[in-house]
Amino acid sequence: MAVKNKKLNLKDKYQYLTRDMAWEPTYQKKKDIFPDEDFEGIKITDWSQWEDPFRLTMDAYWKYQAEKEKKLYAIFDAFAQNNGHQNISDARYVNALKLFLTGVSPLEYAAFQGYARVGRQFSGAGARVACQMQAIDELRHSQTQQHAMSHYNKHFNGLHDASHMHDRVWFLSVPKSFFDDARSAGPFEFLTAISFSFEYVLTNLLFVPFMSGAAYNGDMATVTFGFSAQSDEARHMTLGLEVIKFILEQHEDNVPIVQRWIDKWFWRGFRLLSLVGMMMDYMLPNKVMSWAEAWEVYYEQNGGALFKDLERYGIRPPKYQDVANDAKNHVSHQAWSTFYQYSQATNFHTWMPEEDEMKWLSEKYPETFDKYYRDRFEHWDKEQKAGRRFYNNTLPQLCQVCQIPTIFTEKDDPSMLSHRQIQHEGERYHFCSDGCCDIFKNEPEKYIQAWLPVHQIYQGNCEGADVETVVSKYYHIKLGEDNLEYLGSPDHQRWLEIKGLKPRASKPGSEQDAA
Amino acid sequence: MSQLVFIAFQDNDNARYLVEAIQEDNPEAEVQHQPAMIRIQAEKRLVINRETMEEKLGRDWDVQEMLIDVISIGGNVDEDDDHFILQWN
Amino acid sequence: MSIEIKTNSVEPIRHTYGHIARRFGEKPASRYQEASFDIEATTNFHYRPLWDPERTLNDPRRTAIRMQDWYAVTDPRQFYYGAYVGNRAKMQESAETSYSFCEKRNLLTRLPEETREQLLRLLVPLRHVELGANMNNSKIAGDAIATTVAQMHIYQATDRLGMGQYLSRIALMIDGSTGTALDHSKSYWMDDELWQPMRRLVEDTLVVDDWFELTVVQNLLIDGQLYPLIYEKMDEWLGEQGAEDVSMLTEFMRDWFKESLRWTNAMFKTVVAESDANREQIQAWIDHWEPRVYEALLPIANETTGSEVLDEIRAQFATRLDKLGVQGKGVQA
Repeated sequence: MAVKNKKLNLKDKYQYLTRDMAWEPTYQKKKDIFPDEDFEGIKITDWSQWEDPFRLTMDAYWKYQAEKEKKLYAIFDAFAQNNGHQNISDARYVNALKLFLTGVSPLEYAAFQGYARVGRQFSGAGARVACQMQAIDELRHSQTQQHAMSHYNKHFNGLHDASHMHDRVWFLSVPKSFFDDARSAGPFEFLTAISFSFEYVLTNLLFVPFMSGAAYNGDMATVTFGFSAQSDEARHMTLGLEVIKFILEQHEDNVPIVQRWIDKWFWRGFRLLSLVGMMMDYMLPNKVMSWAEAWEVYYEQNGGALFKDLERYGIRPPKYQDVANDAKNHVSHQAWSTFYQYSQATNFHTWMPEEDEMKWLSEKYPETFDKYYRDRFEHWDKEQKAGRRFYNNTLPQLCQVCQIPTIFTEKDDPSMLSHRQIQHEGERYHFCSDGCCDIFKNEPEKYIQAWLPVHQIYQGNCEGADVETVVSKYYHIKLGEDNLEYLGSPDHQRWLEIKGLKPRASKPGSEQDAA
Repeated sequence: MSQLVFIAFQDNDNARYLVEAIQEDNPEAEVQHQPAMIRIQAEKRLVINRETMEEKLGRDWDVQEMLIDVISIGGNVDEDDDHFILQWN
Repeated sequence: MSIEIKTNSVEPIRHTYGHIARRFGEKPASRYQEASFDIEATTNFHYRPLWDPERTLNDPRRTAIRMQDWYAVTDPRQFYYGAYVGNRAKMQESAETSYSFCEKRNLLTRLPEETREQLLRLLVPLRHVELGANMNNSKIAGDAIATTVAQMHIYQATDRLGMGQYLSRIALMIDGSTGTALDHSKSYWMDDELWQPMRRLVEDTLVVDDWFELTVVQNLLIDGQLYPLIYEKMDEWLGEQGAEDVSMLTEFMRDWFKESLRWTNAMFKTVVAESDANREQIQAWIDHWEPRVYEALLPIANETTGSEVLDEIRAQFATRLDKLGVQGKGVQA
């Protein structure tokens, strides 16, 4: 601290209140205190260059966070006391929450664990403190989500065992492997993955338009926790951008490493968000904006501005960004088609869009929906109405990296499924795309370890060999109650009762039978 | 290529003052009302001044108070006692 | 498939989550329960951590302690995040009142030069101990199994950062917010003989790998004797030196320590009682570290309260350990 005998400005004062509490150790070697800082090859020459992304002392943190929590829990109480679930647009909407609680909330918890860890690993105290605050914030999010969904769980099916499912259910290995991947990496990659690529570049797509959608569908509890969580997110995003700039400024050798991480984590995040795309386009009865529109605003526009800003460090936009931009017109439809077919193995219901929703999809996706998807959907709808609801009983081929079934199509040919495979040490591995295949090639020893749900079922590690046993015994999903077609489901019938409508008489032959 | 910075607030009473203050200090900014939220974007730079906020509110205002109502931001952050600035270089 | 439809559609179809019902029965659960039990991943991890390839993520083998169910350790305060920040917001509000009062009336700058120097030498360097405690608890939160255990440690980590910041503010009040007093105080921590055993101890804890060993050393052994010595006994001693106003600036620490005894006692008692192996392991850690804590505190006691006060604290601490099912070196009172 160069300036003496002069009142400290905000920035210097904050430094005294955080990083200045640290000291140069002499009794133990720095390398032993911070053993994980070097192995990724990132070179940090001077931690004092770290710019604190925000200057929040603990007392202010407690004060502001307590204020947020007070507001939030007042709304949860009011929501439960007034049976707020009765005021949502339509019970189909709740299925998005089921996906959220099983797919997203456990990631918040994993983020807590990851940030607590890196909050200890860096030798720069400023960075540690910022990470620790994010750790406790992420714990907050995981817990407020349990509380927000608690009331829904009392009135709808499929929300009853989220963490158990997250560890086991086939499609939940998509989000789980994403976070396992980040947490098993070194501290700098973790921050590039989660703080930068995920929080800064991609989470807006989940939390902003989707939560706005929750509001539009009358879900007071969710929009409140979502936006309340996002108010922490603004701090996390600032950390994400600061981390990247700091690493890049420290040493030019860091640039290619960071670029590879950005490429990897952009692609993994983009794949993960396919699930959000389908939530927005198919699971929100009242629609705010299409997935493609959200992608344009929050990735193409905002991400574009960001990567332009990073050019000066020698960073280019993520590899395969063009493939992702093109896919914005396809992924939600492809994902929904898949979940529709495999509804016997999910914890939520699926359905075919109603006519006005089909019309909305045609309008929002003029280039793709009618041309590639409408026919298939109309056919399935007809089959369902004729009592032949379609379920696919063949277990799908999963991508070795993102773990999504290989359902996506080629950029230049939407009628052609995208599939890549390579041989590694005598074994054949399958991928959904060049993006995922590249990730594997960079770290094969990591991705050969993947716990692929379909393989695991075949190997007999999931308490049964047939889907029905695996789903009920291993996943804790009640067949026909938690899943299958929405129309005629217990959730649907209960909803009709709430709305004072007579439950539909079940049509002949429309038994909910997965076989 | 255009380089937009943005900030989004929960649509509540605090936000109304923030939006007013932002509009006054950033006449070029575009304000978008979406369900439950207000999003404001501007080319390259957006500033929130403590002084303007204090005028609007008629009381002392700490820049960090804003953290309660922000949903998201895009742009590099420059924050001190007197302002909160978002910008692209 | 039979579907049972309740006639009253407002009636809940279940009262809580399945994983909560399996533990506590199918009835409405508390917010603490829904926030704290079985929300952490336990199985089917995809990749071995690059930083610890011998073990998986969330591996229970990151400590030598074995629990059949780590969720047996619970928080008597029932703190989930919302309850935690709500509680601390209240504590900070009252601390803030004291700090502004002191600042406004220049209570510290009016102290004699010698007393101010004593504060910078004897009290303010503890901000570094707090930072060490912050780091240790963050590590524990990252490694611990079960949310009930992990969350108590992340709260502990942020508490320690907060208390380090309060101690730093004492120096900022003395130097008129220029930072000179903090620089000066740090030189005691780095070079004064008085602090070296303590600094060595703190640095040694920073290389402990077993997270439960670390919580024993930090949250039981160090805090268990340092807090009573510094914030009770040395506080009284400082009062005798004419610095009684400082006492209101460390009220937070006294309240905090008293509160922390609830969860630390509950946790250690449960873990020690689990098995002989646990008890023996924890006893071995105590035997190794407790004398070092005493050694680290002795110069401070000698300089202030006198060593007999520390012996008294050590004896009381031995009584506390006894109640937890283990033994200390102190001669029990």
